[in-house]
Amino acid sequence: MLTIDSLNAEVEDKAILKGLSLEVKPGEVHAIMGPNGAGKSTLGHVLSGREGYEVTGGRVDFHGKDLLDLETEERAREGLFLAFQYPVEIPGVSNMEFLKAAVDAVREHRGLEALDAVNFMKKAREACKAVNLKQDFLKRGVNEGFSGGEKKRNEIMQMMLLEPSLAILDETDSGLDIDALQVVADGVNALRSPERSFIVVTHYQRLLNYIEPDYVHVLADGRIVKSGDKSLALELEEKGYAWLEDEVNG
Amino acid sequence: MSQEQIDRLIKKEYAAGFVSNIESETLPPGLDENVIRFISGKKNEPEWMLEWRLKAYRAWLEMEEPEWAHVAYEKTDYQAVSYYSAPKSMADKPKSLDEVDPELLETYNKLGIPLHEQEMLAGVAVDAVFDSVSVATTFRSKLKEAGVIFCSISEAIQEYPELVKKYLGSVVPQKDNFFAALNSAVFSDGSFVYIPKGVRCPMELSTYFRINESNTGQFERTLIVADEGSHVSYLEGCTAPMRDENQLHAAVVELVALDNANIKYSTVQNWYPGDSEGKGGIYNFVTKRGIAHDHARISWTQVETGSAVTWKYPSCVLKGDHSVGEFYSVALTNNCQQADTGTKMIHLGKNTRSTIISKGISAGRSSNAYRGLVRMNPGAEGARNYTQCDSLLIGDTCAAHTFPYIESKNPSAIIEHEATTSKVSDDQLYLCQQRGIDVEKAVSMIVNGFCKEVFKELPMEFAVEAGKLLEVSLEGSVG
Repeated sequence: MLTIDSLNAEVEDKAILKGLSLEVKPGEVHAIMGPNGAGKSTLGHVLSGREGYEVTGGRVDFHGKDLLDLETEERAREGLFLAFQYPVEIPGVSNMEFLKAAVDAVREHRGLEALDAVNFMKKAREACKAVNLKQDFLKRGVNEGFSGGEKKRNEIMQMMLLEPSLAILDETDSGLDIDALQVVADGVNALRSPERSFIVVTHYQRLLNYIEPDYVHVLADGRIVKSGDKSLALELEEKGYAWLEDEVNG
Repeated sequence: MSQEQIDRLIKKEYAAGFVSNIESETLPPGLDENVIRFISGKKNEPEWMLEWRLKAYRAWLEMEEPEWAHVAYEKTDYQAVSYYSAPKSMADKPKSLDEVDPELLETYNKLGIPLHEQEMLAGVAVDAVFDSVSVATTFRSKLKEAGVIFCSISEAIQEYPELVKKYLGSVVPQKDNFFAALNSAVFSDGSFVYIPKGVRCPMELSTYFRINESNTGQFERTLIVADEGSHVSYLEGCTAPMRDENQLHAAVVELVALDNANIKYSTVQNWYPGDSEGKGGIYNFVTKRGIAHDHARISWTQVETGSAVTWKYPSCVLKGDHSVGEFYSVALTNNCQQADTGTKMIHLGKNTRSTIISKGISAGRSSNAYRGLVRMNPGAEGARNYTQCDSLLIGDTCAAHTFPYIESKNPSAIIEHEATTSKVSDDQLYLCQQRGIDVEKAVSMIVNGFCKEVFKELPMEFAVEAGKLLEVSLEGSVG
């Protein structure tokens, strides 16, 4: 479903991704770990098409389409979802209104009928409940005055409603306590299916106890330097990243 | 957002910018006493009206155009403006809509305001002013049953001279300011409303202003008198063709709310704003003021998206005890538009209340200033004001300014002022796009959210129109 082939990208004229390749098949969960500044978050933003993230080489194929050729909103409608590390607030726009606009746009693109207000409300309420947020969060401005944990849960709620085929979680675990982590992980696990894939970007092995990955990759200096199964994450937790750098350079 | 997207958005045009091919009788440019005599004569005005105009004209000659507003523009050459233009077919006053020039009706149709009663939005009576004259007033008979008078001001001068004589200039005197004096001298038409004692006007009243001729100024005059205990809701809308030169619109609106009366005045202003380089557009220099007597309420709601330069401060004089004044405003400027707008709340009576909610949105290279005065006079025992003044910036080449003036001469008065400035950020737009929402929709959602408190004050059908208007006016604002 997603094939990244020697991707090079820069931000403010600084090369961040340097020939990154990765293949994600339907239903797979890939964890991406690595030291600070390795390019983990950049990968998510390049794939989702953030302004200022310049692709300087390589190809990305998503469901048979040239992903890099699509506008940001088109990529989202094609089924790519990015859960933000730092979700922004949009005061005055209610969560409900925002979600409806997003779901409408995505459904229209997929050739589905728009949900009527009643059905949409029902789905939204269910999703809200699933991530353990009170119903009045639907009426509040998008992320307006939400705590860090509430923002992350709101991201998962959006993911549930948009039903993406590929979800990228950008350090969704950062700043979460154990309970919130469990809620987020439950949300993700509930969405796991043979058609849906995940790229889980994280600093810590902890999250992977809750969301069990099929593959673990280490991203260092803009490339994937090592891949393995979930045991690699445990090894990293134990030894840190320094030994890897030695291995790669040596 | 790509350059291509931006270019595509910017190319959208002002939809009301067409010119109607209508034969007009237009006075040559220039202004002197003879022009005023001509206008007055054209309308068969009584002698007192002519004298009233001449008095205003003589005062105007002594006055200077105000320069304190935060706007820069090339001043109008008042001798190069034509002060009277009327569609020729109006010369022999049509008796009914069937006799009105079809081209004229087509113009209003194109603007989405069908005058034929059967096609009209239920419950809205319209007076349409085309260049200098009133074209038609609909629903007149139904209003008459309720005792409501809704007609052009020229007609009111003929038919209801006592009411006009009593109230014209009672709120905005001839010498009030430069533009009001000019208007008083040359006003050609406008609307007149009288709601009798205790009557709740059975429908929304509406005036539609349209400038068609080039080089003409539009100087309409509106007078609304709500007698004791009556209620009325009034809406005005405005458009003009796209032209390279600037055109002047200097209107005066006077509201009189007698004891326990309630006037709600809503404006959706969409005068041609000029092109993206700042060429052309309407100068909108308007004086609007209301007097509220005991327990009366005056509420101004405005959505301002048009005009090259706006100079406008709908105000309330809270003369009576327990009277209430409200001002809800959305002012949007894009490209090279300049707006200096706000309100004045003059508290004279005891326990008077006023609320000001102002939302300024600046995009492009525009400049948007809020200017508001809250004055508590010595007699304003227990008076209260609450002001909330928010600015939203889109992009980094626009400007927002706030000039609040607060004067309190009564120690028991309470004045609150809150102000915020925020910006539509790239991160917000990115979040929306990442969820599949395009930039245009995202900006309009954010702006609509910002304006919510004002939109809920508009009559329902106009709230929808206002939302759409903002969307159109914002096109091309994100870069």
